Amino acid sequence: MKQRKSSLKELGANGEEAVSQYLQQKGMRVIDRNWRIKGGEIDLVCDDHGAIVFVEVKTRTSNMYGNPFDAITPDKAFRLQRLALAWMAMNHRWGQEYRIDAAGVWMDGFGACEIEHRKAVL
Amino acid sequence: MALSRIRTLTLVGLEGHVVDIEVDIAEGLPSYTLLGLPDTALTESRDRVRSALVNSGYTWPNRRVIVSLSPAWLPKKGSNFDLPIAIALLVATGEVSQEQCGDIIFLGELGLDGSLRFVRGVLPTLLSATKQGFEKSVIPSANRGEGNLVRTMQSVSASSLSSVVAFLTHGEHGDKESQQTSSTEEFSRESHLDLLDVVGQKSARYASEISAIGAHHILFVGPPGTGKTMLAERIPTILPPLSHERALEVSAIHSVAGILGERGALSTLPPFISPHHTTTAPAMVGGGSHMVRPGAVSLAHEGILFVDEAPECASGVLDSLRQPLESGLVTISRASGTVIYPANFLLVLAANPCPCGKYTGRGRGCKCSSVQIRRYLQKLSGPLLDRIDIRTFVEAPTRAEMASDIFGESSAVVRARVIAARDSSRERYQGCSWSLNSRIPPRELRGRFTAEKSAMAFLHMELDSERLSARGFHKVLRLAWSVADQNGHTVPTKEDTEIAYLLREGMDILQ
Repeated sequence: MKQRKSSLKELGANGEEAVSQYLQQKGMRVIDRNWRIKGGEIDLVCDDHGAIVFVEVKTRTSNMYGNPFDAITPDKAFRLQRLALAWMAMNHRWGQEYRIDAAGVWMDGFGACEIEHRKAVL
Repeated sequence: MALSRIRTLTLVGLEGHVVDIEVDIAEGLPSYTLLGLPDTALTESRDRVRSALVNSGYTWPNRRVIVSLSPAWLPKKGSNFDLPIAIALLVATGEVSQEQCGDIIFLGELGLDGSLRFVRGVLPTLLSATKQGFEKSVIPSANRGEGNLVRTMQSVSASSLSSVVAFLTHGEHGDKESQQTSSTEEFSRESHLDLLDVVGQKSARYASEISAIGAHHILFVGPPGTGKTMLAERIPTILPPLSHERALEVSAIHSVAGILGERGALSTLPPFISPHHTTTAPAMVGGGSHMVRPGAVSLAHEGILFVDEAPECASGVLDSLRQPLESGLVTISRASGTVIYPANFLLVLAANPCPCGKYTGRGRGCKCSSVQIRRYLQKLSGPLLDRIDIRTFVEAPTRAEMASDIFGESSAVVRARVIAARDSSRERYQGCSWSLNSRIPPRELRGRFTAEKSAMAFLHMELDSERLSARGFHKVLRLAWSVADQNGHTVPTKEDTEIAYLLREGMDILQ
């Protein structure tokens, strides 16, 4: 059980790493990772030519339990919105343009990796 | 293509309104938004459509799906939007092209397995669609019978979502037997009732015949078990058969109520509707909060509305019939809108003469007090009773009649006479706004359509002696025309008028 849990954590970390590399290739700069407060966690915070981008990363090995984007429920989306505002307040970025993106990652455990990046999902 | 548009119709009363279903699949998180005042059944369509698509082998777009039903102000109800929404989604995801769906009306409810299910009101929907210039439709195969009735519409019936898609993309027919009309099935359900079954009852039979000729509302009063219900049930069999147009109109109403199956879709037999005497006013005239359903008066359109034990009805229920009796329409207003249904029926009431039911001519064995007897029929309100042209006693058949093996006339014989009489009256009223004797306007009764001089003198005498009201005067004259038509007279004679007078005013128990 313990091993399973840690492997899930690993999967998530791998996905986030893959996404951050992917976004940097696209010209975005990662300014914060796994920013965590009491209300939750933001996976990635990037700078896309002046706009702050908060990225929620969802990693799956298959679509058996639904598409990664399905996992971002309305409740989760509301939390993301609040976390984003909290991050901006605490990092003195009030008033700056921002958006929230989602990234779905499919990893099969043998090194193959597929990323879908959807901009401004909220 | 991420945008699509499919058309369907939604019913308000019997009137179909075109609804455009637009689907937009946008970037973003998976979500499904349904716009345009959907009701609960329609909101639930989301899960039905999703399962139907996936189980038919199509992919559900994991994106932001927006379904808009326009015009946005019109409240939409029911499950018949499932199929058009599914097709619109398939067009938006590129499974089907927009051109292949051009100007086709889609109707149908989807099962989770992708099967296409029966929906209500297909007939009036298709009839309105043809009026608005549509020529093609796709309907569930369970509604095929209704689709075949609308000859100007090319209706394709399908049993599943995938067979609809096969039809759209390859033009091939999902269901092999679908276009073959089994037209006999539509006509077959004729009545097995016949006037032959009624023993005796000469005067009540005669009253029924006159009632059928001029569409005069009628009240039967008689002890229990003498044949009031039997007679009433057989009045449809002596009425002229419905024309194709009228039969469609009647079937359309029954289709909206979802009870078309009980009646052949093109049955020419006038409907016979007999609500129980505990029925409520909304059930009688129509109602319901989301979908305003036709009531008993509309189901009896072009046929018979029979209320047995009429004095037992809750007060107000019978009186709610007064407005439709007058106008031949019911207008029902609810929060969701105002709906008009036709309600042109022949009212047949049956009543016992007193609470115990035994107060007949001889009055033998009646236990009721004179006050009880007087009060009992007074439960039928004056204004309603005034609209009943014929009041007749149904006496218990005598021993001789019961033993006799000579039967009365059959329905076919009486119907032939009724049709002949109606033909002559229709000829007489050519160019007029009415065609039935019971609908002659009062002005015309005193002008173009008076009875013979001696007959008028008789009526004026009765009027003078205050045995006849002004309204009664007109009613008797209208009846006299029906009696004259039955006797083959071109103008009501004194004798015809006297018979008419007796039919209306002859029952002293009502005075």
